[in-house]
Amino acid sequence: MLEKALHGSRRYYIWLAFLGALVIVGAIAYSRQLNYGLGLTGISRDVPWGLYISQFTFLAGISVTGVMVAIPHYLHNFKAFAKVVILGEFLAVAAVIGAILFVVVDLGQPARVMNVLLYPSPWSIMFWDIVVLGAYLLVSIVIGWTALAAEKKGLPVPRWAKVLTYLSIPLAIAVQTVEAFLYAGLPGKDYWATAILAARFLSSAFASGPALLIMICMIIGKVSSFKVLEKAIDALAKIVLYAIVINVFFFLLEVFTALYSQVPAHQVSLTYLFFGYQGHGNLMPFMWAAAILAFIGIFMLAVPKLRHNKKTLVVALLAVFFCGWLDKGLGLVLGGFVPDSFGRVMEYTPTVNEVLIISGIYGIAMLVLTILYKVVIAVRRED
Amino acid sequence: MRKRDDQQTKAYESHSLKRRDFLKAALATGAVGLGGAALLRFISPADTEAADWGSPNALGAKHWGLVIDVEKLNRFANFSQIIEACHAHHNVPAVNDPKTEVKWIWQDDFEHCFEELDNAYLSEDIKAQEFLVLCNHCENPSCVRVCPTQATFKRDDGIVCMDYHRCIGCRFCMTGCPYNARSLNFFDPRPYIKEIDPDYPTRTQGVVEKCTLCVERIDQGLPPYCVEASNGAIVFGDLADPESDVRQALQSGLSIRRKAELGAGPSVYYLIGGGVPAVAGGELNA
Ligand code: SF4
Repeated sequence: MLEKALHGSRRYYIWLAFLGALVIVGAIAYSRQLNYGLGLTGISRDVPWGLYISQFTFLAGISVTGVMVAIPHYLHNFKAFAKVVILGEFLAVAAVIGAILFVVVDLGQPARVMNVLLYPSPWSIMFWDIVVLGAYLLVSIVIGWTALAAEKKGLPVPRWAKVLTYLSIPLAIAVQTVEAFLYAGLPGKDYWATAILAARFLSSAFASGPALLIMICMIIGKVSSFKVLEKAIDALAKIVLYAIVINVFFFLLEVFTALYSQVPAHQVSLTYLFFGYQGHGNLMPFMWAAAILAFIGIFMLAVPKLRHNKKTLVVALLAVFFCGWLDKGLGLVLGGFVPDSFGRVMEYTPTVNEVLIISGIYGIAMLVLTILYKVVIAVRRED
Repeated sequence: MRKRDDQQTKAYESHSLKRRDFLKAALATGAVGLGGAALLRFISPADTEAADWGSPNALGAKHWGLVIDVEKLNRFANFSQIIEACHAHHNVPAVNDPKTEVKWIWQDDFEHCFEELDNAYLSEDIKAQEFLVLCNHCENPSCVRVCPTQATFKRDDGIVCMDYHRCIGCRFCMTGCPYNARSLNFFDPRPYIKEIDPDYPTRTQGVVEKCTLCVERIDQGLPPYCVEASNGAIVFGDLADPESDVRQALQSGLSIRRKAELGAGPSVYYLIGGGVPAVAGGELNA
């Protein structure tokens, strides 16, 4: 089936060439980093994790989209999602591949990455993270591909693939939970050491992921003959709405604990993120933007008229998606490092080289996504 | 300055004399076993030559720890000498950028080292004191817990070590250490080493490093460099042994540890005012 990705319109090739260019530039930037070391990034002794790790966390979140469509479809027999399930699975595949690449470029000694499997350390959450991500990737590829092959032959999805889909549901939840545990179990990192972090990760993922999926469906509808049912889009939009509301609620719970208890350790990261701390406030505009975007997104999704109108829906979805990116892909990781154990603030600013590597990885993820979706569309056009 | 140096030397000489007396007494009474006695030798480097301990065997302990006598440290020790002793012998690169620097042991003030104990009316004396900070060789080290390859591990004697050949440079340990005790080699460190000590390995780009409590020396029967260079201000010994110097030093006054409330169990203790190690000459400051 993969050969179907080889033929396409001019627009398709231009898009591939654009992504290819991103990847090549990213690869050049990465070879520079390989040569010189992580000194080419903005990370520091005090902020040892930067945008690579936060993009990893964000993309791992996007990957749960797969189950957000699989659950209604397989568990509740929601037929409208029939055509979307495969798209969800393949979005998961692309997102997990991107996430794993972000971990690899983040390593100081990437050639030794296999040490994680050679010397497995069950106490390390990183170990479990790689295990669940790898398993989820495999399961998503198999499910997506089998379902597509079945569709091509006009057969129902084989039973074993359905069983695998049930398995992928707890696996996706595990991905987000383990992802949160990377942060939530560290002594002295009070912004992360909160029991609700995994729940926040899940709600944020269930908002950003489906928001992205809807937008992708709309784009596919524009560039191909394949149309996703209105009903499916509206159902997904409602999922996004509930998820972002829950996500904001969870965040406000954190704010209450911090502000009412007045315990400095609970407060300081939030203070830094929203108001600045010790004269440092690089992230302030981004955090306020995230807050405003959250409310724009919620408002526009909650009003049925705006949700049903394609144009306003896109605005709402963009708002939710970028709110999620700013909160999880930026503030969460960086805010946790302020202040350091000496009460000082070291700020992080990504370098150009780092940003090029990041866009290269997003290029790879989008390339994978484009090719997989291209195959799906081609298969569907045949019937 | 010179005067101060002289004073220091004098104080130190009298101190090591006291120590020698104590040693003799201890040996004579058999109060300290050979292992314990061997330990005492390290507190006072001046005695190293004088005393003939023969066996270069590794030192053993259940739980190595340090007691830093803050008053002594500020009065009799030379911070940069201590730091330099460690960094020079361990080929720690001198990177002059707070973002990418590598440090195993460094100095900071009370307000920052003990942020949670700071207050607006802190005594000027305490404010003026400088502290040495380093890896705490925690009893329950979160860096070891989070490492995905066991490249950092805790030995039976409590020392938290690094395997530079296994480290993948994920920096989870740096995030997990609540003391900022770890440094990454953001680039090849060798050009930043003033003079490479051939007796100790240099590290490669992309691996994490930190203080190792001089395991390589302890295993040869020698004390850590910082202890040796501290003019008696840093006491080293087995925290599990009530007879050890560290335990006796802890008996002499109030000791605090950095962020003990986090449960990591730091093995570096700071003796704050009022207390002078009983072993090392309470008479010194009298
Ligand atoms: S101080 Fe940090 S690096 Fe040292 S043992 Fe404790 S947690 Fe690990």
